[in-house]
Amino acid sequence: MSGYILRRLIGAGLVMWAVATLVFFMLRIVPGDPIAAMLADAGSEEAALAMRARLGLDQPLVVQYVYWFLNAFQGDLGNSIYGSNQPVATIIAEALPRTLSLAALAFVIALVIAIPAGILSATRRNSATDNAVSVVAFLGLAMPDFWLAILLIIVFAANLQWLPAIGYVPLSEGFWPWLEHLILPAIAVGTAFSAIIARMIRSSLLEVLKTDYMRTARAKGLGARAIMWSHGLPNAMIPVVTVVGIAFALLISGAVVVENVFAIKGLGRVLIQGILNRDYPVVQGAVLVVSAFFVFSNLVVDLLYGVLDPRIRYS
Amino acid sequence: MSDITPDLFETGAEPAPPPRRSRWRATLAKDRKAQVGLVVLGIFVFGMIFAPWLAPYDPNEMTLDMMGGLSWSHPLGTDDLGRDLLSRILHGTQISLFIGVSTVVIALVIGVTLGLVAGYFGGWIDLVIMRYIDLQWAFPNFIIAVYLVAVFGTGLVNVIVAISLAFIDDFARVARSMTLSLREEQYVDAARSMGFSDARILFRHILPSAMAPIIVQATVSVSYAILGEATLSFLGLGVDATTPTWGLILADGRGFISQAWWLGVFPGLAIMLVVLSINFIGDWLRDVFDVRETT
Repeated sequence: MSGYILRRLIGAGLVMWAVATLVFFMLRIVPGDPIAAMLADAGSEEAALAMRARLGLDQPLVVQYVYWFLNAFQGDLGNSIYGSNQPVATIIAEALPRTLSLAALAFVIALVIAIPAGILSATRRNSATDNAVSVVAFLGLAMPDFWLAILLIIVFAANLQWLPAIGYVPLSEGFWPWLEHLILPAIAVGTAFSAIIARMIRSSLLEVLKTDYMRTARAKGLGARAIMWSHGLPNAMIPVVTVVGIAFALLISGAVVVENVFAIKGLGRVLIQGILNRDYPVVQGAVLVVSAFFVFSNLVVDLLYGVLDPRIRYS
Repeated sequence: MSDITPDLFETGAEPAPPPRRSRWRATLAKDRKAQVGLVVLGIFVFGMIFAPWLAPYDPNEMTLDMMGGLSWSHPLGTDDLGRDLLSRILHGTQISLFIGVSTVVIALVIGVTLGLVAGYFGGWIDLVIMRYIDLQWAFPNFIIAVYLVAVFGTGLVNVIVAISLAFIDDFARVARSMTLSLREEQYVDAARSMGFSDARILFRHILPSAMAPIIVQATVSVSYAILGEATLSFLGLGVDATTPTWGLILADGRGFISQAWWLGVFPGLAIMLVVLSINFIGDWLRDVFDVRETT
């Protein structure tokens, strides 16, 4: 098991290194040179030269790479070149809890809906419940998350006025204010995720229900509930866990987009604002952190997979 | 094999009906969702082709009827500048479907070539290509596209490049896994022993047999590409600020949804209907080609 964990850790580290390298070089070697565009925005010739020196752009590329890497490793992602020139690390540290709150709540809501929905549609195959789940899942997958966000605002904020339309309140100011601001964004982010998981649980459970060991369990007189909890679900969850890992992509990209609808100053808003302002240090930092979040969640899923299915560890 | 060989000898026998065609029809007849999908997508394609004639107004023509509700003269209402929403959505169909299809074609050509080459030659070529593909695979396509737009800038060509590149890994993986199993087939051995070039074997012998899962993947990817383009233009990272795309129309209308709900509803409904129909068609094709669902 420890060998397995070690291999995964090294793999994740290598992926992060490769991403950081790609992020670094792409901004510098593409035609049209975004850095040049950024310098052109600086105003005068002297301002451009000063910025070039300040960002270390007068150094050879390899030197820049090594420095940038060493700095990034110590948590120094440079300074924003826009507005108050805050350190990128500070901007991200402020934004990160918001994105994590949103993704976590979306994750919880999605699973709370998807697990019972998936189980119900598998155990009552082709029933009205099953069909309803299938239709909702299809719709959930086809709806752009930002549009769902707008619909939720139209219904629950603009018309019913039950919930606020924009903004974010940190958890430290109370659970209800936090939840109230986050529930609509979380539903918008979590819906597609929920649809995928529900469909996956359904098909996985249907496979498991057909197996011999399920028949054996029934034959030895185990109750339906006991069969489901001790044999059915644990086995059905193994493929679901991998899909959860892949579907994390949806939660992260969803949060990036939906934050912009609800004016939540999370990572996604930082990223998009950075792109629109051509604030490349911020863009680099945000992409790096989003990637790290993603690599990390994939790692967790890999490890969890190893725990759930012992066969994986030895392959 | 066995049901084909007799024909070689009994030349007078009735030729069997082409099995593929009957399978298309038989699966479609049972698949209500696919029927709906084909009809709805057909309507949108019709709208795309004839948008200039169907649209009651110029999509950028401003009238004094600002944020007007649903009426006979403006069936889907107007926006804050008095532009006709139906006309804008109709014209948006062109960009949406064009980007959806063109990006997938580009991603397919590049990705399938990479996958074929990696799977056929193996060794270090496979290693290098797949290391890259695995790296890209580890990231959400959308984040990749956003970063590419950040690097290249906005605009039609850049958006197409960004979305295409983001989808390459999906096609490379499908093509590689098909190639790995097909290169062991006897007919590939036979082609090789006849001295055909690798390129000919790859594109004339292996690729045709690998097409089924690639077509299914392409269909699914078109719906993701359409969602991706809509999202990019919604975020202001899309084609440009004057071309009416569905994402942009939603972004423009966002500030007015409490007074004019239609601005927040119809453009998104168009996106959802198109994506939904393509997904229905994709499921049907999966059935026709008997391709197992992989997520």
